[in-house]
Amino acid sequence: MIRAGLTSRPGRPGELMAERVDIDPIQGRAPLIEGAATFHDITETVARPVEWKPPLGWWLVFGVSVSLLALFLVSIAWLFWEGVGVWGNNVPVAWGFPIINFVFWVGIGHAGTLISAILFLLRQRWRTSINRAAEAMTIFAVMCALIFPGIHVGRPWVAYWLAPLPNQMGTWPQFRSPLMWDVFAVSIYGTVSLIFWYVGMIPDLATLRDRAKRLVRKRVYGFFALGWRGSNRQWSHYEKAYLLLAGLATPLVLSVHSVVSFDFAVAQLPGWHSTIFPPYFVAGAIFSGMAMVVTLMVICRVAFGLKRLITPLHFDRMAKLILLTGSMVAFAYVTELFIAWYSGNLFEMFTARNRALGPYAHAYWLMMFCNMAVPQIFWFRKARVHMPTLFVASILVNVGMWLERFVIVVTSLHRDFLPANWGLFKPTFWDIATLAGSFGLFFTMFCLFVRFMPMVAMSEVKGVLPEAQTDEETAAVPASEAWQES
Amino acid sequence: MERSSSPYGLLARFRGPEPLLTAARALRDAGFKNWDTHTPFPVHGMDDAMGLKPSRVPLFVLVLGLGGAAAGMLLQWWVSVRAYPLTISGKPFFSWPAFVPIMFEVGVLGGATGAVLGFLGLSKLPRHHHELFSSAAFEHVTDDGFFVSIEASDPQFDADVTPEMLRRLGAVDVETVMTEEST
Repeated sequence: MIRAGLTSRPGRPGELMAERVDIDPIQGRAPLIEGAATFHDITETVARPVEWKPPLGWWLVFGVSVSLLALFLVSIAWLFWEGVGVWGNNVPVAWGFPIINFVFWVGIGHAGTLISAILFLLRQRWRTSINRAAEAMTIFAVMCALIFPGIHVGRPWVAYWLAPLPNQMGTWPQFRSPLMWDVFAVSIYGTVSLIFWYVGMIPDLATLRDRAKRLVRKRVYGFFALGWRGSNRQWSHYEKAYLLLAGLATPLVLSVHSVVSFDFAVAQLPGWHSTIFPPYFVAGAIFSGMAMVVTLMVICRVAFGLKRLITPLHFDRMAKLILLTGSMVAFAYVTELFIAWYSGNLFEMFTARNRALGPYAHAYWLMMFCNMAVPQIFWFRKARVHMPTLFVASILVNVGMWLERFVIVVTSLHRDFLPANWGLFKPTFWDIATLAGSFGLFFTMFCLFVRFMPMVAMSEVKGVLPEAQTDEETAAVPASEAWQES
Repeated sequence: MERSSSPYGLLARFRGPEPLLTAARALRDAGFKNWDTHTPFPVHGMDDAMGLKPSRVPLFVLVLGLGGAAAGMLLQWWVSVRAYPLTISGKPFFSWPAFVPIMFEVGVLGGATGAVLGFLGLSKLPRHHHELFSSAAFEHVTDDGFFVSIEASDPQFDADVTPEMLRRLGAVDVETVMTEEST
C-alpha cells in the first residue's frame, strides 16, 4: 500500500519529478511509481509511444535490426540450398552453434516468465512496470529458439516428423527420448507464454481502442480487445484466469529448462552426464534472461520517456535477482569442478582439465569472468542503480551465458572417450551470420512491439497507485486475496 | 427496415474507486441484479461489494488440465504400445516414468486453454458491439473513468427513481443509454 505522495498531487506531469517522495513514511520503502501520478498520467505515458511518430532512435535500431533479420533469412536460405555443411558442425561436434543458440534463446525467455508469473504469485508488486515487456521478450526469444532445432534437422521440409503425426512410413516418435520431451516442452512453453501475454494485454488493448482517433486503429485494436468493457464481472473472471495462468506457467518454466538440460544430462558424455544440470540450467536461464530484461529496459525507459514508471527501484531489484541467480550459477561451476575431482573418474577429470586448459580455454575463462566475477558488482547499491554499469554488466552476463552453452556443447563433444575420435570445432561465417541474424529477428520483433503495443501494463500499474487503494485494503488484507492487488 | 430505440439502461460515472465501492454496496443491498461496475483496473473488494460469487474459471482449468494430462499419457501409451512398439534398452513398452514430462506439459497446455476459454466464455467475450459503447463518456472506462451501469431489464429498475438514487450515491453524471433494435 503505497501512500507516498498521496497528499500532494500536482496537476502537470512535468512538476512531478521535483517534489516526489522518495521513501514511504509508513513502510519505509521507495514508491513503485515515482511522483504522484494520476490514472490519466499513466495512460498518457504508456500510450504516447504507440500513438506518436517514433523517434529517430527507434528508426535507427529498427533499421539495424531489420538488416540483421535480412542476414538471418539469407543465412537460412543458403543453408536450405546447400545443406548443414555450410556450418562448422561436423563429427565429433555435431551439435555446434544451432544447439548453443537454441539453449541460449530459450534461457533468455525464462526471465520473462519469472517476472510475469513467479513474481506475481509471490506478490512482488514492483513487477507491474516491467512485466509486459519481459513477457514480450519471452515470446520473441522462444521464436528465435524454435527456429534453430527446426533448421538444424538437416531436411527442414520434413521437420514435421518431430510431431506425433500419422505419416506414409507408418512410424511414430520415440517418447522415451529427452529430445522428444524438448519438442513438447518448448512448443507448449511458447504457446502458453503467448496466451498469458495476450490475456494480460486485453484491457490495455481496449485502452488503445478507446483512445484511437483513426478508424483503422480503432478497428484493429478493437478487434483484439474483444469488446472489453472493464466490467467487474469481466475483471473477476479475468483475474482468476490470470492467477491460474501464472500458477500454470510457474512449474512450466521450471520444467522447460529442466527438460532442455536433460538433452545433455541423459547422455553419457563426460561434462554432460550430471544430476546438477536441471537446477543449474534453470538458474542460468533466469540469470541470462534477467540480464536481457535489464539491457532492454535501460534503453526503453530513456527512449520512450518511461523514467517515472521504470525507476531505479526496479533496476535495484532486477540486479539483486541477477546477483542471486549468478551466484547459483557460480556455485554450480565450482560444484562441477569439485565433483570432477571427487568422482575420481578419469574422463570427468580430463573434461574439467580440458575445459580450463584445452584449446577452448579462452571461452572457459571468459565465461568464468562474465558469469562469476561480473555479477558480484551488484553487491553494491551504487552499481545496482547506475544505468551505464547495469547496461555493460547485463551485456557481459549474456556474453558469458552464451559462452557457457558453447563450453558445455563444444568442449564435451570435441574430446570424448577415445583420442582417435577427437577433433576441433571452428565456426564458419554462416554460423556467426545465423547467430547475429537471430538477434535481428529478436530486436525487430521487439521494435515492432514497442511501436504498436502497450509496453507497460497500464491496468496493473494503475492498481498500485496510491489513488487506487481503498480503505478496505489498507486494513489487513487476507493473504489468500492479496494476489488481486497486483 | 425500421429502427426504433428503447432505453438499454443507465450509465453513472463516479469520482473514484472508493465512492464506487460504496455505491456498489448500496445497489447490492437494494436488490439489483442486472447491473455492473466498470473500472480501468480491478478494484479490490468489488466482488464482495457487488455480491458476486467466486469465478468458475478454476473448474475449466481443472477439467481441461486433467484432460490434457490424460490425453498426453494416452497418446504416448498408444504410440509406444499399440502403433509403433520399439524395444529400447530392453525396457517395457509402457515405460511410464519416461512419459511423465510430456504428460505434464500437455496437461499445462490443457489447463492454460481452459483458463482462456473459461475467461472468455464466462465474460461473454468476444463481443465487439455493446450498447454501452454508444456512450461517449464510456470511452474513459479504460483510462480513468469509474462507472455503474444498470440495465432497464432489471426488476428493481425504475426510470424515474433509479437515476435519483445513483445521484444520491455520489454519481457525478447519469446518462440514459439507448439500444437500437431493428423491427
